[in-house]
Amino acid sequence: MSATEEIIAAGPAEPARETPFRRNMRAFAANPLALGSAVVVGLFILMAIFAPLVAPHDPADTDLLRRLQPPAWLPGGDWAHPLGCDALGRDILSRIIYGARVSIFIGAAVVLVATTIGILAGLAAGYLRGWVDVAISRFVDILLGFPYLIFAIGLMAMMGPGLGNIILALVYKEWVIPCRVVRGETLAARELEYVEAARAIGASRGYIMLREILPNILSPVIVVSTIRMAHVIILEASLSFLGLGVQPPTASWGAMVADGRAFILQAWWVSTFPGVAILLLVLAINVASQGLRDAFDPRFHE
Amino acid sequence: MTGSAPLLEVDKLVKEYRGGRRLADRLTGRPETVVRAVTGVSLSIARGEIVGLIGESGCGKSTLGRSILRLHEPTSGRVTFDGTDVTALAAPAMKAMRRRMQIIFQDPYASLNPRRTVGEIVGLPLRLHGLARSPAEVRDLVAAMIEKVGLKSAHLDRYPHQFSGGQRQRIGIARALVSHPEFIVCDEPVSALDVSIQAQIIQLLTDLKSEMGLTYLFISHDISVIGYLSDRVAVMYLGELVEFGPVEDVLARPRHPYTQSLMSAVPEVDRPGHRHRVRLEGDLPSPLAPPPGCRFHTRCPFATDICRREAPRTETVGPGHTAACHRLSENLSLLDEEQA
Repeated sequence: MSATEEIIAAGPAEPARETPFRRNMRAFAANPLALGSAVVVGLFILMAIFAPLVAPHDPADTDLLRRLQPPAWLPGGDWAHPLGCDALGRDILSRIIYGARVSIFIGAAVVLVATTIGILAGLAAGYLRGWVDVAISRFVDILLGFPYLIFAIGLMAMMGPGLGNIILALVYKEWVIPCRVVRGETLAARELEYVEAARAIGASRGYIMLREILPNILSPVIVVSTIRMAHVIILEASLSFLGLGVQPPTASWGAMVADGRAFILQAWWVSTFPGVAILLLVLAINVASQGLRDAFDPRFHE
Repeated sequence: MTGSAPLLEVDKLVKEYRGGRRLADRLTGRPETVVRAVTGVSLSIARGEIVGLIGESGCGKSTLGRSILRLHEPTSGRVTFDGTDVTALAAPAMKAMRRRMQIIFQDPYASLNPRRTVGEIVGLPLRLHGLARSPAEVRDLVAAMIEKVGLKSAHLDRYPHQFSGGQRQRIGIARALVSHPEFIVCDEPVSALDVSIQAQIIQLLTDLKSEMGLTYLFISHDISVIGYLSDRVAVMYLGELVEFGPVEDVLARPRHPYTQSLMSAVPEVDRPGHRHRVRLEGDLPSPLAPPPGCRFHTRCPFATDICRREAPRTETVGPGHTAACHRLSENLSLLDEEQA
């Protein structure tokens, strides 16, 4: 070993390079559109967290004298209520700010729970194979056969409205998406030699799934989860629009759009502004997650 | 082959892979596809010996190595290690056995988890098998092992991507040896490396063998590497062992036509033009549909009717030297052809 040892020991290892994750984040930051969208999403989140400080009025305060008051820049409006008031005289801007809490909380909660379930189920199906894979994959196929919104409406009708039930109704189907991603990635990763090496030294299946495979397949899962968050926000708005979501007087964007529907010809602003809020947040999340996907996909590097 | 009991004994090992049978296949009555990657291989390895396993890509040599370690569960047959039937061990006993039998992989890039530091990778066997009492002791043992394979203990906190291919292979060797195993499957450990690095790694493996009293099953498709390292050589073709014996006999006087064709492909520097190159025609047949009779008959220049009908028996052709061919008694040789 003596002579060769000298050669190797003397030859320095390659200089420390940044980890792949940091390189990906740098690629993400170099994309101005994606970065801008991420900032917009961040602003929405801050707005939701600090709603009581940001909102000019109590979102539930009714004032029938201000019923359907137009936005500030139209005749009859004033700057105390910049985006006007709804049919009960509630301040639309304040309700949008508070409504962000519902949308973002439900979006984040559903994606978080669904991704956790999806990761565990996907790892089990992809690594253990056999009947576990058959059972999980067939169940996934069955769930995919239901139209998402109809499925959620049915569940909400069965369980009744409420924040917890909305999250449950959406998670029931949402976990399928991260599950399929994780299963596919796991099928590829389980054949890699470092996974075989872990088996060769006697590591347990749980250790291999959670400690050897999971950290290496997390990037695509994160990307998919952010994209799915936009979908979940739209679904929540759809459920609320149909009256199956969060119940009044809690402000929710979907419910606000529904409220304004009856007056759309006389007071377009009641429906339009919460609709614009949904559009802006979903668009920002989508563009940001596109940027994230590009940054994490090695085919876009170099 | 000595009087003492061998360290490892493989008895009629078979490894089949079953193709997934879809519903449509079942309805149309299409039979299940079965790939017989290893078909009844028997061999034994004495303690302290290096057995070289040679054959072309896809002949099942890696599958054999992995089936011995039960990384791929053998379909049938037995593997006995130091008197214990490994194939019959339940999970906890198998885990304990894994400390004693290890593997070094071919691809130094794929065999190390990119998100673990060298210290974590090499320390894992110690932690899994409780071979150290404290994290500090793990670190000390890992540092000692990493220096033994020619790296520096300062490298412990680095990630695999910060090393070259040869250095990574040293990390893989350190991981395999840190639990002080007795038997190592070397699965083409140098095939992915530059020739100059190959020599260093082979030297390292032979040094470590004598230092730690190891026994190797050394898998390669490179005859010169096998010839340099091995005490005995096993030649595999399409899942079967066609010839097995002491290295000097098998390489100098190969009896099976397949071994002869392999030997004729080795370039010789000192006697240029002496040997003529026997080109085998065609590709390795698909193990999905292996030819009947002798599996080599589709490419064998000496094939006759019996070769196409019946599989040859393994016969002893010299001390500790066996081969499986119908025409052994005729002493045919591909290598003599041009002199005749």
